[in-house]
Amino acid sequence: MRFAMAIDTQKCVGCSDCVVACQTENAVPIGYCRDWIVEVNDGTYPQLEMEIRSERCNQCSNSPCVRCCPTAASHYDYGGIVLVTQHKCIGCGACIASCPYDARYTHPKGYVDKCTFCVHRVKEGLPPACVAVCPTKCLYFGDTDDPRSEISLVLKKRKYKRLIPEAGTNPNLYFLI
Amino acid sequence: MNRRNFIRISTLSAGGAMLGTIGISGAKGPSLLDRLSGNVHPDESRYLRTPTYCEICFWKCAGWVYKNDQGEIWKIIGNENDPHCNGRLCPRGTGGVGMYYDQDRLKTPLIRTGPKGKQEFRRASWDEALDYVAKKLDFIGKKYGPETVALITHGSGGKLFTTLMKAYGSDSIAGPSYAQCKGPREAAFGLTFGAGLESPEPTDIRDTRCLVLIGSHLGENMHNTQVQEMADAIDRGATIITVDPRFSTVASKSKFWLPIKPATDIALLLAWTNVIISNGWYDKDYVEKYTSGFDKLKEYIKPFTAEWAYGITTLNPNMIRDTAREMANASPAVIIHPGRHVTWYGDDTQRSRAIAILNALLGSWGRRGGFYLPELKEIPEYPHPPFPPVSKSWRDILGDQYPFADLPLANAIVDGSIPGHLKDFQYRGWIVNGSNLNMTMPDTRKTLEAIQQLDLLVVIDTMPMEITGWADVILPECTYLERYDVLRNDHNREPVIALRMPATEPKYDTKPDWWIAKELAIKMGLGKYFDWKSFDEFLDYKLKRMGSSLEEMKKIGVKKYERTSGDLYFSADNPPSFDTPSGKIELYSDQLEQAGFDPLPRYTPHEEPPEGYYRLNYGRTQSHTFSRTSNNPNLSAIMPENLVWVNPKIAANWQLKDGQEVWLKNQDGAITSFPAKVRITERIRWDSVYIVHGFGHTNPLLTRAYGKGVSDSALITKVLVDPVMGGTGMRGNFVTFLTENPDKEVKA
Repeated sequence: MRFAMAIDTQKCVGCSDCVVACQTENAVPIGYCRDWIVEVNDGTYPQLEMEIRSERCNQCSNSPCVRCCPTAASHYDYGGIVLVTQHKCIGCGACIASCPYDARYTHPKGYVDKCTFCVHRVKEGLPPACVAVCPTKCLYFGDTDDPRSEISLVLKKRKYKRLIPEAGTNPNLYFLI
Repeated sequence: MNRRNFIRISTLSAGGAMLGTIGISGAKGPSLLDRLSGNVHPDESRYLRTPTYCEICFWKCAGWVYKNDQGEIWKIIGNENDPHCNGRLCPRGTGGVGMYYDQDRLKTPLIRTGPKGKQEFRRASWDEALDYVAKKLDFIGKKYGPETVALITHGSGGKLFTTLMKAYGSDSIAGPSYAQCKGPREAAFGLTFGAGLESPEPTDIRDTRCLVLIGSHLGENMHNTQVQEMADAIDRGATIITVDPRFSTVASKSKFWLPIKPATDIALLLAWTNVIISNGWYDKDYVEKYTSGFDKLKEYIKPFTAEWAYGITTLNPNMIRDTAREMANASPAVIIHPGRHVTWYGDDTQRSRAIAILNALLGSWGRRGGFYLPELKEIPEYPHPPFPPVSKSWRDILGDQYPFADLPLANAIVDGSIPGHLKDFQYRGWIVNGSNLNMTMPDTRKTLEAIQQLDLLVVIDTMPMEITGWADVILPECTYLERYDVLRNDHNREPVIALRMPATEPKYDTKPDWWIAKELAIKMGLGKYFDWKSFDEFLDYKLKRMGSSLEEMKKIGVKKYERTSGDLYFSADNPPSFDTPSGKIELYSDQLEQAGFDPLPRYTPHEEPPEGYYRLNYGRTQSHTFSRTSNNPNLSAIMPENLVWVNPKIAANWQLKDGQEVWLKNQDGAITSFPAKVRITERIRWDSVYIVHGFGHTNPLLTRAYGKGVSDSALITKVLVDPVMGGTGMRGNFVTFLTENPDKEVKA
């Protein structure tokens, strides 16, 4: 089992609903976020292109954060989801420094926090909060090891890219283009 | 934009503890695969949840309010059975929890002690505050007549205050949603098809093959169903054509983006009409059967070729023809979207007429993929005595101005409150509910001039706003999460109603609108119009007569009804009929002609910005509604301030740097109270700047929003009023940059 997310940049309008839904679902303190929006513009008026992406932890299969965590607080969990065990985390910040995607932050309570793919929901068979709320349905979540899953099918059908592939992290976020 | 924008101070925290308390429940019904894909909404029924519908914007999506194990409001999730949201709220609805938790909320009734405009109030009990209002209304009613009191409202509570006003003897009950927003299109579609569009608009985006957006930035305005259906349309490969001087979000997702010169939209619409008629691309059968005035239109439109429009709009004629062909190919499954905020240049009814005519030519009205035929459920009245006659109605007060206004105009109430504006009438009191008029109305100075003449200004709101600073009495309503309200009942594909009930007790000394209206009525001797013991009883009375009950609605939140008016589109079962004088779609409008207006839309050149000035364009963003959410802790974290969008070439001219603070000054010398940061972007033309509406709050009691960004309303001193229906055109203002602090005194 390998959980992954596909983000359809053709549909994402960058509304930040994923950010707000994550904040309320996971009680992320106001002022911090586990997911965010990136807008990339190219060209000169009026020959323009824009890509909008909802981003979060890439849940890499080869995670620098797991490798460099001195206490094994950062670890692979259910379906390959990278999690931080709060009570093991000493807040050293090595993982933050190692993450090419800038996906982690230090929680005011001292431990490092990041997207969990809403593992508490996934274990119940519910999609992550961001996926459930997205008004454009531009987020697909599922098991890429299962060829019949919706995400496997969409990845077969559509062109996609992954972010900073040269970092060798083998990320599990796919951006449909 | 990068994620640092989202990193703000921390205020609201329940910690991460709640995660550990969630147990595993057995998967029921839908398969794991379906659930993971998000196609099926999670049933988290083990949590205490109560139904509501959102009050953050007018779309009023129904949802569920969840509480955590500590019994605190945790999150709001869309009601999966609601066609307004299909289980998916927008960021504002999701962030609605912040409205409840905002520590800056109004907490107690307040009575003014200082001069108007100074935030000097004393706390009062509800009894004292309502007594004050009742006595003052009694005084005004006796001295000037009850018709001199107006209600200006935006929101669900307005229905109950409307009952109060009618019982008192006034029908000057206005929503800025009409003359400051969608009024012109309502008038235009009414004149053309015999029916307005109302809300939600019956645009059949779900099944369209071509969606044309003119200055409508769907996806930045989160009109939820429409955004959802647009995303589905993208999946289906439908064509989107966006006309916008700004490279809007939806422009970036469109097959065609027409970067039009601002204020020239009618020229484009006439050229499209010309291309479609001259090539014979219109729906001939539909036009022949259902429209009147086609021959006159055909003759009239001849000179308005794509080449003619080129010189005006700066749009390549081939692009005009290509997009016209695209629309015709999709006909009748094509929508020339009527837009929503359409008060731009003062000829807005005419522009909306041009849109209506184009839709008629392509046969999209009443057709699948065009405009569906909506249906509304009738809700029975709770019995009350007949309302007294109004001695002078809003229409009488307007006289012969704005003959096609079919609802009262908030701007006419502002004007009519200034002594001498009307010959023999002056408004003396306002009750304002959920509408921050200082920012809602264009030309803030004029609004303040009017307010200072009033004998009474009562403001009912949840937050201290600019308008509350000018109130004589402030009545703090509780948020929508803490109260019952009238049933939501908007027309839709199927009739549907939604319940809002309190998820929790009101915080602080705040009250629901129904309580405020009823108690005020009792003090005014009008209690017989509110002759129910509790609001439960009021709602249950109605619901029992609609095949439901309050008990049932508490469990389901949303109830759909079967259609009774026939098919969703024109058919043998639902034959075309048009409530116009001719009984047809009126391409040529005799009604307009008889009233002295152009019977066919005409392009009029609008004023251009002087050298060194840029047209002020404004719009919406997904995470805020007007000025009412700027202080919401969850939403201000997403977007704390508005930025001034400037084209790089213009920025270079002014030597502006990205992120630099500038003050904006308009053509009349009005200067923003605060600076805003410059956003240098290719997404805006050289002749205009763009800001998101709703920022630049001047009330220091808004601890997050105060002084953040700039208010467009203060810069809209030139208002282009539509003579047809009285809408306030707001896009005829020009601004320039001040890079040094103008040392302007900040007015509260």
